[in-house]
Amino acid sequence: MEKFTTLTGVAAPMPMINIDTDKIFPAIYLKTIKRTGLSQWLFQEVRFRPDGSENPDFVLNQGPYRQAKIIVAGDNFGCGSSREHAPWALVDFGIRCVIAPSFADIFYNNCFKNGLLPIALPQEICDELMEDAKRGANAVLTIDLEAQTISRPDGEIVHFDIDPFRKRCLLNGIDDIGLTEEKSAAIAAYEESRRPAKPWLFGMTRRGA
Amino acid sequence: MAAPRTLFDKIWQDHVIGPQGEGTYLIYIDLHLIHEVTTPQAFEGLKLAGRRVRRPDATIAVADHNIPTTDRAAGVAGITDPDSKLQVDTLERNVREFGIPYFPITSLDQGIVHVIGPEQGLSQPGMTIVCGDSHTATHGAMGALAFGIGTSEVEHVLATQTLIQAPAKNMLIEVNGTLGTGVSAKDVILAIIAKIGTAGGTGHVFEYAGSTFRDMSMEGRMTVCNMSIEAGARAGLVAPDEKTFAYLMGRPYAPKGAAWEQALAYWKTLPTDPGAKYDKEVHLDAADIAPHVTWGTNPEMAAPITGRVPDPAQIDDPLRRAAVERALQYMQLAPNTRLTDVPVQRVFIGSCTNSRIEDLRAAAAIAKGRKVADGVVALVVPGSGHVKHQAEEEGLDRIFIEAGFQWRDAGCSMCMSMNADKAMNGERVATTSNRNFEGRQGKNAKSHLMGPAMAAAAAVTGRLTDVRDLG
Repeated sequence: MEKFTTLTGVAAPMPMINIDTDKIFPAIYLKTIKRTGLSQWLFQEVRFRPDGSENPDFVLNQGPYRQAKIIVAGDNFGCGSSREHAPWALVDFGIRCVIAPSFADIFYNNCFKNGLLPIALPQEICDELMEDAKRGANAVLTIDLEAQTISRPDGEIVHFDIDPFRKRCLLNGIDDIGLTEEKSAAIAAYEESRRPAKPWLFGMTRRGA
Repeated sequence: MAAPRTLFDKIWQDHVIGPQGEGTYLIYIDLHLIHEVTTPQAFEGLKLAGRRVRRPDATIAVADHNIPTTDRAAGVAGITDPDSKLQVDTLERNVREFGIPYFPITSLDQGIVHVIGPEQGLSQPGMTIVCGDSHTATHGAMGALAFGIGTSEVEHVLATQTLIQAPAKNMLIEVNGTLGTGVSAKDVILAIIAKIGTAGGTGHVFEYAGSTFRDMSMEGRMTVCNMSIEAGARAGLVAPDEKTFAYLMGRPYAPKGAAWEQALAYWKTLPTDPGAKYDKEVHLDAADIAPHVTWGTNPEMAAPITGRVPDPAQIDDPLRRAAVERALQYMQLAPNTRLTDVPVQRVFIGSCTNSRIEDLRAAAAIAKGRKVADGVVALVVPGSGHVKHQAEEEGLDRIFIEAGFQWRDAGCSMCMSMNADKAMNGERVATTSNRNFEGRQGKNAKSHLMGPAMAAAAAVTGRLTDVRDLG
């Protein structure tokens, strides 16, 4: 996984609540067996018109927002389907950070597996950052994960909270599976203690019919 | 004496292997359900890292999301869409390579992953169950902690049989009383979501308690738990009881003999202790719940069928008002329109929410002796091969076909319209599925969520209908 340390880039405003993962990545494109190159379908329904041309009203089709690295959005971002294609497509487009008052749980988890930083902040602060994001080429924010700060275009610093474990994984680009494999002795011990206590949970998917 | 614990607390604590540090824990997963859409990248990751599947005997695979619901006799070879075929082929190759049990699409055992788990007796009380699908909460009806995960987590579970998780908070959803005539489990969960909102459960696990859920069938509990995610909850649970045990007994993958007795003794220890504390509580009275339909573009935008489309001008919060305005624009609905005046062109009875035998019986009871209205296309898609078979034994297929419904093979179908089943040209759909998001059932499709009897009523009248008016 790519590390996340600091990020400076244009923030795109998406002042909508409940931006769901179907909107971020429509189901019809889930037929892919790849996890790369998915940005072509990012926000597909709103980003493109029926004839395939760009919809000029959609923020990521507008001037400096084409290079956006950050999205500022409304409450409950990433709700709905568990599809990791949503963060894969965002990252493939170049988005490395989403700022919103709240996130849906599964999307929030998925972000951290892909070097995408979700920052939850109170509504009033998100409102201010939303105004910053509306400043086009001047909508530049700098995120410093180690310091847990966002620098606004006017120089003001905003602090954010993040779970220390997830922060460490993002800062170091840690592969979760590798980390868990270091605990394989503990996992094996758990399994062995469970086998006599709950034998019906072993071999179960081979048991049927 | 130990502090009283909730059902969630008990299952969680039984599965903690150890702290992962800083408020997160490594937890063990008892059952991993996998399907064709969210696993190819996970298996690719395993192969690239040279990893194996730690517990193939705790993993089971089925294709459901992407497969056609017609002409299935030829199996995968008969899938005409090349991308869909590649995805199912890839699943079959992966399960062979890693030794994972699999229900082929020509098997009677095949079905929607959240229908077959309980149906086969795989989903059992006290288990942790995961699947790369947000509707995994369905299995919570069995008293299992079941939740959806992303593909990276699918890979993590395949490789280690564990997940790194922060504990959830407890939220009690209590409903007491008897549901009125024509009011179904779907109406109960739609009423709950309308009350607390699509983010009302974020960070929480719901426990559904109270006499309404105790009196509900297992199928009804599955419908309720299924949509926990639509209120933002990580999972939804119903405490296992005699109904749960009777449902499980004798199913193919349920424990047998001495193992059954041992399991049963454990399952009976699971219900929440008296005096246990919940972080949040919501209480509803069953008598207040009418048949519901959604009018907007997320599941909280629901109202009793006797109501009207809301007027955004009455909403103070600017972001909420903007969301409702946008929803009504997308749905092509004017404020204050009576819901029973809204016409539909397509009806879908199916999905992991409402495709079980009880759902098909409820829909057939309305369809019987009636005809699908002119200009309406109506599909019935059973949740599994076994549900289809049982419905045919009961003659439900004849009722549907004579009424003008299409009778299909099992799969996710029009719930997310990855296959050929979809609304065309922005049609309006009465649907028993779980999400009414923009474009979910086809480009510009306008989805109205409701229960199976309500959907059948809409099919025969050609508009949203209060099923109680059909008698």
